[in-house]
Amino acid sequence: MRNRLLAAAVLALYLLHQDFWFWNAARPLVFGFLPVGLFYHALYSLAVAGLMWVLVRFAWPAHLEADGQSATTLSDPPAGAGERT
Amino acid sequence: MIPAVVVFLYLGVVLYIGIFAFRRAGGREEAEGYFLANRSLGQYVFLLSLFGTNMTAFTILGSAGHSFSNGMVTYGLMGSSSALVIPLTLYLFGTRVWALGKRFGFMTPVQMYRDRWECGHIGTAIFAVQATLLVPYIVIAVMGGGTTLNAVSGGAVPYWFGGLVVAAVVMSYVFFGGMQGTAWVNTFQTVLFLTFGAAAIVFIGVSIGGFPQAMERLADAPETAALLTRERVPPKFFFSYMLIPLSSIMFPHISIFCLTARRMGQFRKTVIFYPLCILAIWLPCTFLGLAANAMTDVPGIESKLEARATLAAERETLSPAETADLQRTAAGDDVIILMLEHYAPLWLAGLLGAGIMAAVMASDSQILALSTMFTEDVFAYYGGKTRFGSAVQVQTGRLFVVLIALVAYVIALQAPPGIFGIAVQYAFSGFTTLLPLLVAALFWRGSTKWGALAVVVWTAATMAAIAVLQAVVPAPPPGTVVPVWTLAGVDVVTRTPGGTDVLGYMPVLPMLIGSSLLMVVVSRLTPRPGRTTLARYFPAEPPSQRH
Repeated sequence: MRNRLLAAAVLALYLLHQDFWFWNAARPLVFGFLPVGLFYHALYSLAVAGLMWVLVRFAWPAHLEADGQSATTLSDPPAGAGERT
Repeated sequence: MIPAVVVFLYLGVVLYIGIFAFRRAGGREEAEGYFLANRSLGQYVFLLSLFGTNMTAFTILGSAGHSFSNGMVTYGLMGSSSALVIPLTLYLFGTRVWALGKRFGFMTPVQMYRDRWECGHIGTAIFAVQATLLVPYIVIAVMGGGTTLNAVSGGAVPYWFGGLVVAAVVMSYVFFGGMQGTAWVNTFQTVLFLTFGAAAIVFIGVSIGGFPQAMERLADAPETAALLTRERVPPKFFFSYMLIPLSSIMFPHISIFCLTARRMGQFRKTVIFYPLCILAIWLPCTFLGLAANAMTDVPGIESKLEARATLAAERETLSPAETADLQRTAAGDDVIILMLEHYAPLWLAGLLGAGIMAAVMASDSQILALSTMFTEDVFAYYGGKTRFGSAVQVQTGRLFVVLIALVAYVIALQAPPGIFGIAVQYAFSGFTTLLPLLVAALFWRGSTKWGALAVVVWTAATMAAIAVLQAVVPAPPPGTVVPVWTLAGVDVVTRTPGGTDVLGYMPVLPMLIGSSLLMVVVSRLTPRPGRTTLARYFPAEPPSQRH
């Protein structure tokens, strides 16, 4: 359930990137100089950082760390490398 | 000339860092030491270096130039989309690549593909396409170096010499320092250009008496008001552009870089802070490029605006040569440098020029990645390592670094202007099209080497088709399109001033759909790898441990 919620949050943020509601709007100029569409995407970047924190905090693939530690060396390329397609 | 001196001092510092790394290794390193820094990078070097590796001439010069011509849409196109997509791909794919690399000793993505799909020459085909797509990215850096040195020296350093200096310096510290030196240089460079954006905004803002007046002027003038909106950009184009950052993880230097982390935990801070780093770099560059349109008192910018106005007003009557000449003048790749020269004190312009140079020179990782791939995927795979030993392998890698730098320089001398367009049209779209390789290798048991080959052939064919189309059908003037293929009254393929569209979308969308379908269909029709191989990649584990 938690992973589904997180996947939905990622999808929602992906869709929120297509902010058609500010498409033709230059004003208001936020802080007097930032076009509203640009300000929206700046806020969007902050929201993404928040989402990434949530992913790292609640859905970190810790099992991969253990996979990586159980090292088995890649065997040398076969002598007849050309035999493989 | 003072800014040029500061920039040359900066070049000396990065050269020293590379040589310092070489001395520290005692010149006796093994392949894993030279190419992967012994998989030992700590979390801050990993974060800053990985971010720096992704930030190139394209980021500062290209984004400001694009914003100067196209407006604030630049940040949404490449900044905020990258802020989401790149850390997400690091989280989903980068961590898995790291784990497999650590477990099986992979040093390149092609080694993983060969092992995963039990193939040999198909891996070589993947190498060939990846290497071909990576070269333009390296060329961009050399071109950016030439542009930057030429601009900060007020024209005293010619373009060809600037490019030569950048190519030589990058080649030298990669040659000596390998991955360790490159990572240190990238960390140093990232700190520099993270401070660059804020400093540039503050000094230019103070110099012109604040930005509000400038932005009000732009918003009020009919010819510039659209730059503060996205009304000139079709939503389909904006939507499909979001696929471009998917290319990041497929760039060999990024996937190879994922192998350098000491522990997987190093990815945590990178994933979280990456969007903030994007914000810190892209927002100031986009904004400054946009604001440059109001800075008509800067001589270089004034001539660009005049050229743009002439193009818009007289496009019907201009000859192709005149149009090309005006387009060159109107291109905005150097607007940020022109602003700094005009508004910042000389010493500061030099420091900021060094910051720009730092971004421009981030091609080091690409050069090292190409060298790593050549020595591991070709030289070692076809018996060179067995025959000549690891030391010769490292020397071969170093020689390859020299060769790549030379080739990139020669191409840069011939390449047309427009840093942004070149990068997007070739390297980024191509690597996004290759993404099904990585997804299938990591997540799909049923994928096969023939599916992988189909993806590679499709990528090469579509890239070649676009290149031929754009060579045969010249770019139309701004604001117009040329239908290339019309079906039942619908323009399927059109030539646009910036490239090519397919049903209004960027070509990368149909290219990615095509490569994904080919991977699925061809894999279903061909035999899977053996059970033993599949068991190594997909061990049976309780579902609760996977996500």
